[in-house]
Amino acid sequence: MLKIENLHARVEGKEILKGLSLTVNPGEVHAIMGPNGAGKSTLGNVLAGRDGYEVTAGSVSFDGVDLLALEPEERAAAGVFLAFQYPVEIPGVNNTYFLRAALNTQRKQRGEPELDSMQFLRLVREKLKVMRISDELLHRAVNEGFSGGEKKRNEIFQMAVLEPKLAILDETDSGLDIDALKQVAQGVNAQRSPQRAFLMITHYQRLLDYIEPDFVHVLADGRIVESGDKTLALKLEEQGYAWVAEHGEPAGAKA
Amino acid sequence: MTSERSDNSVIALRDNAEVAEALGRRYEAGFVTDIETTSLPPGLSEDIVRQLSALKGEPEWMTEWRLKAYRHWLTMPAPDWAKLRLDPIDYQAISYYAAPKAGPKSLDEVDPKLLETYEKLGVPLHERAKLAGVAVDAVFDSVSVGTTFRKELAEAGVIFCSMSEAIREHGDLVRQYLGSVVPAGDNYFAALNSAVFSDGSFVFVPSGVRCPMELSTYFRINAINTGQFERTLIVCEDDAYVSYLEGCTAPMRDENQLHAAVVELVALERAQIKYSTVQNWYPGDENGVGGIYNFVTKRGDCRGDDSKISWTQVETGSAITWKYPSCVLRGDRSVGEFHSVALTHHRQQADTGTKMIHIGKGTKSKIVSKGISAGRSSNSYRGLVKVEKGADGARNYTQCDSLLIGKRCGAHTFPYMEVKNPSAIVEHEATTSKISDDQMFYCRSRGIGEEDAVSMIVDGFCKQVFRELPMEFAVEAKKLLEVSLEGAVG
Repeated sequence: MLKIENLHARVEGKEILKGLSLTVNPGEVHAIMGPNGAGKSTLGNVLAGRDGYEVTAGSVSFDGVDLLALEPEERAAAGVFLAFQYPVEIPGVNNTYFLRAALNTQRKQRGEPELDSMQFLRLVREKLKVMRISDELLHRAVNEGFSGGEKKRNEIFQMAVLEPKLAILDETDSGLDIDALKQVAQGVNAQRSPQRAFLMITHYQRLLDYIEPDFVHVLADGRIVESGDKTLALKLEEQGYAWVAEHGEPAGAKA
Repeated sequence: MTSERSDNSVIALRDNAEVAEALGRRYEAGFVTDIETTSLPPGLSEDIVRQLSALKGEPEWMTEWRLKAYRHWLTMPAPDWAKLRLDPIDYQAISYYAAPKAGPKSLDEVDPKLLETYEKLGVPLHERAKLAGVAVDAVFDSVSVGTTFRKELAEAGVIFCSMSEAIREHGDLVRQYLGSVVPAGDNYFAALNSAVFSDGSFVFVPSGVRCPMELSTYFRINAINTGQFERTLIVCEDDAYVSYLEGCTAPMRDENQLHAAVVELVALERAQIKYSTVQNWYPGDENGVGGIYNFVTKRGDCRGDDSKISWTQVETGSAITWKYPSCVLRGDRSVGEFHSVALTHHRQQADTGTKMIHIGKGTKSKIVSKGISAGRSSNSYRGLVKVEKGADGARNYTQCDSLLIGKRCGAHTFPYMEVKNPSAIVEHEATTSKISDDQMFYCRSRGIGEEDAVSMIVDGFCKQVFRELPMEFAVEAKKLLEVSLEGAVG
């Protein structure tokens, strides 16, 4: 589904990704871990198409399409979703309205019929039950005045409604207390399916206690230096990232 | 009247028979004014004012009123205090009784770009023709709508007609209130308007009557012909209520350069007037060529105790906008409100805001102004809150928010406060923000394209004001912002 090959990317002239390769198949959950500054968030932003992230080499194909050639909104319609590390506030724009506009634009792009208000409301009610989000959140402006936990849950709720093929969760666990973390994890787990892949970007192993990954990759200095199953995350937890620096040989270099 | 002809000011009429016919038709038709063939040559003089008044079949007192205003106007210098770049206007080059030029005969002759805009706004087909200035048959859907309207209103005792008709049919009322809020000599453009105003609306709601429907110029067919010097007067007697919607929500392409209207509102004891405007005159092209100069004096007088006047405006058009709808809070405990969205794009300039004059005790005012600048435009809020000595316990709350789109536009806020009563409380809050890259990327990563994202963010920014608009207006205002912002990003 997602095939990243030898990806190099620059931010403000500084090379952050230095030959990253990764393959993700439908239904898989991949965790990307790594020390601060390794390029974890850069990877998420490059995949979603944020301005200011310049790809200098390598390729990313998504369902056989050159993902890097698409505008951010086209990537969304193609089925890529990025749950933001810092969800953005849009004052005065109703949360439900925003989400319906997003969903219908995507559907239109894909040649699917748009949902009318009633159909959309039904969909939202259905997803709300799974997410355990209060109705009240829907009537507020997008992320405006939301607590940290509410913002993150709102991201996962958006994901539930938009039903992407590939969900990238950028440090979705950061700033959450344990209860909020459990709720978010529950929402994510409810959305696991054989068709949907997840790329979880995280600094801590903690999240992986609740969302069990199929693969764990360690990202250091812009490359994946170690890949394994979930035991790798536990090892990291025990020994810290310093272990990677000593032990790890760039996986990208081997390929 | 043709005897008044002189060599240097000729009424451009084809012949006397046509004069008679034109005048006769006006009287008969009343509501629908057919003035296609009449016009005065460019220039302004006492003669022109007299001829104009005569052409409109006005009584003597009206002619005198106009002349007085004209003589006063001659003594006044053109103002230049607003933050606007403006070439001097040649008042002798303007025709003061310009019936609409022979417009396009059918929609096929209308600028396709204009039609495209109507399409986007969802303006019904027959309205499009009218708005584009296509000469339309008098037998029109809207005419019957207008007539039904008038019947229902008449039953309620509400008078709603063109100013020309009001001067002829309800002279006493007009005479009593006209110029009582905005005196003829109030300011340069008000004086000019008083001398040469062409037409406008007159509304009178008698004591205790709640006007049974929203009144709108939309339904008054000849409103599209009222040209550049409109004059509107709305009077609500004790305990009366009216909501009035001004302007067309669709962009009117007007060839005139100067639009100098005057609007006067009078609210007596416990009366309430709600006045909403959606203005979208031609703003000129991307390079600032052409477009309307919109210099308007709008003022409401809360003359009675416990009265309330509320202005809501959405301004997206005109090359230059210069207007400050104001409230004179004379009655005790009277309330003034001003809700405004002003959007400028390309090289548009807007200098707008309000004045709240607190005179009565316990008077309250609230100002919410939202300015949006895009392109190379300049958008200024200018507001005055004045609390007079006797206005014990007066309160004002002002909120001014500016939103910038792009790097070459400007937003300015000029709040003036004059407080002469120590018990008054005056608050002012101002913010300036930009549509951030984060917001744009957030929307786009959810599948929403750039232009839709901008209009969504702008709509959210304006929400507070849109809430004040009548439902159908709010929808159109939103669409209007979308159309006006096209090409603001990318």
